[in-house]
Amino acid sequence: MLDVAQAVEIDSVVKRYGTVTALHGVSMAIAEGEFFTLLGPSGCGKTTLLRCIAGFEQVSGGAIRLHGEDIAPLPPHKRMVNTVFQNYALFPHMTVLDNVTFGLLRRGWGTRDAEARGREVLRLVQLSEFAQRRPGQLSGGQQQRVALARALAPRPKVLLLDEPLSALDLKLRQAVRSELKSIQRETGIAFVFVTHDQEEALTMSDRIAVMSAGHVQQVGPPREIYEAPQTRFVADFIGETNLIDVTVTQVSGAVARLQLPGGAAMDCPAAPGARPGPGHLSVRPERLSLCAAGQGDLAAVMQDHVYLGTDTQLLMRLADGARLVVRQQAGSGTVPDPGAALGLRIEAGAARLLAD
Amino acid sequence: MAGAAPQGASAGSDIYRGNGPRLLLPVWLWVGIFLVAPVLIMAVYSVLTKEFRGGVIWDFTLAAYDQFFLDRGLFGDEPPRIEWTYIGIFWRSIWQAGLATVLCLLIGFPTAWFIATRPARVRSVWLFLITIPYWVNLLIRTVSMKFLIRDTGPLNEFLLWAGIIDTPLALVNTNFAVQLGLFYSYLPFMVLPIYAAVERYDFSLSEAAADLYADSWTTLRLIILPVVKPGIVAGCILVFVPSLGAFLAPELLGGAKTFMIGSLIEEQFKGAAGNWPFGAAASMILLSIVMAVLLLHARAQTKGDRT
Amino acid sequence: MTDLRHFTGFRPLTVLCLFILYAPLVIVAVYSFNESTSITRWGGFSLKWYVDVFTGPEAPKFRDAAINSFTIAIGAATCATLIATAAAVAMTRAGRFRGKLASLALINLPLMVPEIVTAVASLVFFITIGLTTGLLTIFLAHVVFCIPFAYLPISARMQSVPDVYEQAAMDLYATPWEAFRLILLPLMAPGILSGFLLAFIISLDDFLITNFVKGAGVETLPTAIFGSVKQGIKPNIMAISTLLLGVSVVCVTLSWLIGRAGQKR
Ligand SMILES: Nc1ncnc2c1ncn2[C@@H]1O[C@H](COP(=O)(O)OP(=O)(O)OP(=O)(O)O)[C@@H](O)[C@H]1O
Ligand SMILES: [Mg+2]
Repeated sequence: MLDVAQAVEIDSVVKRYGTVTALHGVSMAIAEGEFFTLLGPSGCGKTTLLRCIAGFEQVSGGAIRLHGEDIAPLPPHKRMVNTVFQNYALFPHMTVLDNVTFGLLRRGWGTRDAEARGREVLRLVQLSEFAQRRPGQLSGGQQQRVALARALAPRPKVLLLDEPLSALDLKLRQAVRSELKSIQRETGIAFVFVTHDQEEALTMSDRIAVMSAGHVQQVGPPREIYEAPQTRFVADFIGETNLIDVTVTQVSGAVARLQLPGGAAMDCPAAPGARPGPGHLSVRPERLSLCAAGQGDLAAVMQDHVYLGTDTQLLMRLADGARLVVRQQAGSGTVPDPGAALGLRIEAGAARLLAD
Repeated sequence: MAGAAPQGASAGSDIYRGNGPRLLLPVWLWVGIFLVAPVLIMAVYSVLTKEFRGGVIWDFTLAAYDQFFLDRGLFGDEPPRIEWTYIGIFWRSIWQAGLATVLCLLIGFPTAWFIATRPARVRSVWLFLITIPYWVNLLIRTVSMKFLIRDTGPLNEFLLWAGIIDTPLALVNTNFAVQLGLFYSYLPFMVLPIYAAVERYDFSLSEAAADLYADSWTTLRLIILPVVKPGIVAGCILVFVPSLGAFLAPELLGGAKTFMIGSLIEEQFKGAAGNWPFGAAASMILLSIVMAVLLLHARAQTKGDRT
Repeated sequence: MTDLRHFTGFRPLTVLCLFILYAPLVIVAVYSFNESTSITRWGGFSLKWYVDVFTGPEAPKFRDAAINSFTIAIGAATCATLIATAAAVAMTRAGRFRGKLASLALINLPLMVPEIVTAVASLVFFITIGLTTGLLTIFLAHVVFCIPFAYLPISARMQSVPDVYEQAAMDLYATPWEAFRLILLPLMAPGILSGFLLAFIISLDDFLITNFVKGAGVETLPTAIFGSVKQGIKPNIMAISTLLLGVSVVCVTLSWLIGRAGQKR
C-alpha cells in the first residue's frame, strides 16, 4: 500500500441489532482525498457501515478512526463527518441558503462568514440563484445538489453519501455522476459513496469495497475488481461471468496450473488464497470465442441464444452439464444452430482462478 | 427507497435516546400528584367515618361500603339484607350507558362509513361538520337539548302546529330524555374512531369478497365489521365510560326517577345531606367497573395481536 | 358495476346524525336573537340579549366568569402542551426504555377515569393537603385532563415527521437540543398548535371537575351558566351559549386549517 494519510480507518467493526449481525468485523482504510465506494447487494450492510461512521449507530465491536483519532465515543454532532442522505433530508422549513449554512452556524461560524461560505458552496454546485428558495420548490436534481452543498460547506474530513443518486432518473443520474466526481476532485475531500449500482461504482470510484452479507469481499481499484476478482461472489456480482469447475493441480505464487473439464490443462493467474484441489475459474463471456468441435480449451453444445442488440448471448452447455455464456459481438460470425457441438477458446490472460 | 425501508419499519426513532425518562418526568409528576395520589386519597376517604355537614373524621370503618350494599333497617339493628337502592342506581346507569352506546353505534357507524367513503375533498368538509359538535361545550349542548324538548319548547310547538299531537309531549324528566341527552352528548366520540378505522380499510378486501359472490351486506358482516372492529370497540368505550359517570344529561334532562351514578355521587358532596365517605365509596365502585371494562378490552386486544 | 362502498340508507342516517347534532344548537342560536322576553314565542329579530349579556344586571358575574375561564384555559392548555410535547418526544424519539408502556398508560389515564371520580378525588385531595380551593386548584386539575388531549395531535404529528431531518441536523453539528429546537419544533408546529387548541377548548368546556374544586365564590363560565340554568333557561343564557359556540367554531376551524396547511407541505 502506498503511504498516504488515512482519512478513515475502519478496524474490525462489528454491528449487531439484537440477534441480527449486520457487520461481521469489517476492516478498510480510506485515504485522504479518495473517492471510495461501498458496493454490494441490498441488505449487505452498506448503510449500516455509513451510519456507524456518521455516529447514528454505536458499533458493537472494533474501532473507527478519523485521522487517527478514535471517534467511537463521539456523538454525531461532534464528528467532522457529513452525510448526504438518500432522500436528501433537506430541512423543508428553511431556505436553501439556511440549509447550507446550518452546519457552519452550529460549528460557531459568524453569520456573515457562514453566509459567504454558503454562497461559495452554492456556486460550486451551480445553484447560486436558488439561495432563497425552499427545498420544495426545487427539482430532484437541484435538491440533490443542495444536499451536497450543505454537507460540503463545513469542510468535513470525510463525506458520506448513501445512494445519493438513486432518487434521480437515469438521464440525470449520468449527468450528476461526472459532476459529483469533479466536485470531489476540486474539494479534495474523501468521499465514501454507497451504491448497489455497479456501473456507478466502476465509473466514479478510485477504489471500491465489495461487500456481501456483512463481510468485505474485496477492496481495490475498479479495474482490479472487474478484471481480477478474488472470490466467486465478486466475480459473479460485478459484471457477468462464467464460473467453471476445475481441478487445481499446483499453485506457485500468483500462477496456478489446473485441469479444465474435458481434461485440457492450462496455466492461469490465481487469486491470493487459491489452493490445489477443486476450484473455480472465472472467464468473462466476451473473452470466450467459438471454434470448431475438438479444438479450443473446452467442448460445448449450443443451446440457445439471446439477441441483445450490440451483441448476442450464446447459451452453451459443457459435457458435464454446466452452463456457459458466450458473448458474440454483432456481425462477428454466425449464430450456431441449437444442438451443434463446438469448441471454446479462452482468450490469453482472460481466465482467473478464484480463491472461493 | 431501499435504504429507507428498514429505518422506517423499526418502531419509533431513538435519536434522543437516553432522554426518555427525563422528558416523561413532568407527566409522571403532574398526573401522579394531581390524579393518582388524589384517587388513592379518595380510596382512603371511602373507609373513613362521615362528618355531618360534609367532611370526614379520621376513624377507619367500612360503613360506607356497608351502607352501599347492605340494608340494616332504620336503626341499624336488623339482620343485614341486600340494599337494592344503590345497586339499582348503578344497574340503571349501566343499562342507560349501554343503550346509549348501542344507539350511538347504530347511527355512528353508517355516518363514519359514509364520510370515510366520500371523495377526498368533500370528506374533509363532512369530517369538519362532525367535529364541530365535538368541540362545543357539553353543558351548552345539553342545555340546548333541554330547550328544544321542553313542554313548551320548539319541538312541541312544531308538533302541535303540524297537528301531529294535540297535547305537548312531556319529554323532560323521562328516561327517554336522559337517553337522548347521553346519545347526543357522546355521538361524536363514536363517529371519530370508527371513521379512522374505515379510512384505513383496504377496499380491495371488499372487491375480493364481491368477487367471491358475497353481496354487500354479507361483505359488511363477514369482512368489513371484523376488520374495522378495533375502531368500533374504541368508539364504544369512548361512549360507554363517560355515559356511565355522566352528570349533566341526567341532571338537566332527567328527574328523580332517572337518577344516575353521577348525581348520586355529586349529591354526597353538596350541602347538609352530604356523606363524603359514601360518595368516595361509590366513586371507588364506579372506578372499579370502568377499570374492569378497560382491562377486558386490553386483554382482548393483546390476545388479538398474538393471533 | 355496483359501488362496493355504497350501502343503502347510510346517507340518510348521516344526515339524520348531523341533524340531531345541530338542531338544538341552531335553534338556541336562532332564539338568542329573539326580541320577545318569552323564550318560546318568536317576536322578531333583536340583539337585546347580547346587549344584556354585556351590560345587564348579570353582566359583572358573567364577565368575571369569562375572565376566569379564559385565564385558566390559556394557562392549563399552555402547561399541558409543554408537558405533552416533552412526553411525545420521549415516546416517539427516545428509543426503548423501561417504563415506556406504563408512561403511555399514565398519559391516557385522565381519559380513562370517569370525570365524576376525578372530580371527587381532586376535591378530597386538595382538602387533605390543605390547599384552599379556587383558581389555582382549578388550574392544577385542568392541566391533568388537558394533557391527553394535547398529547393526541402532538404525538400524531411527531410520528408523521421522519427523523431524518434531525439526523441531518446532528450530522451538521447540531446538539440534540438544537436539532429539536431548530428542526423538529418548527416542523411539528401545526401539531403543537392543534394540541393547544384542543386542550384550550377542553378546559373551557369543563363543568364537573371545576364545580367540585372551585370553592365558593369562584365561577367559570360553565359553572355560572349551570347555576343560572337551574332556575330556568333565560334568553341571556342562550346569547352566552351562542357566543361560546362561536369560540368553539373558530377554534375547530383554525385547527382544521392548520391541519390542512400542514398536510400540503
Ligand atoms: N435497525 C435495525 N434493526 C435490525 N436490523 C437492522 C436494522 N438496520 C439494518 N438492519 C439489518 O442489517 C442488515 C444490513 O442493513 P443495511 O441497511 O446496512 O443494508 P444496505 O446494504 O444498506 O442495503 P440497501 O442496499 O437495501 O440499502 C440488513 O439485514 C438489515 O435487515
Ligand atoms: Mg442502504
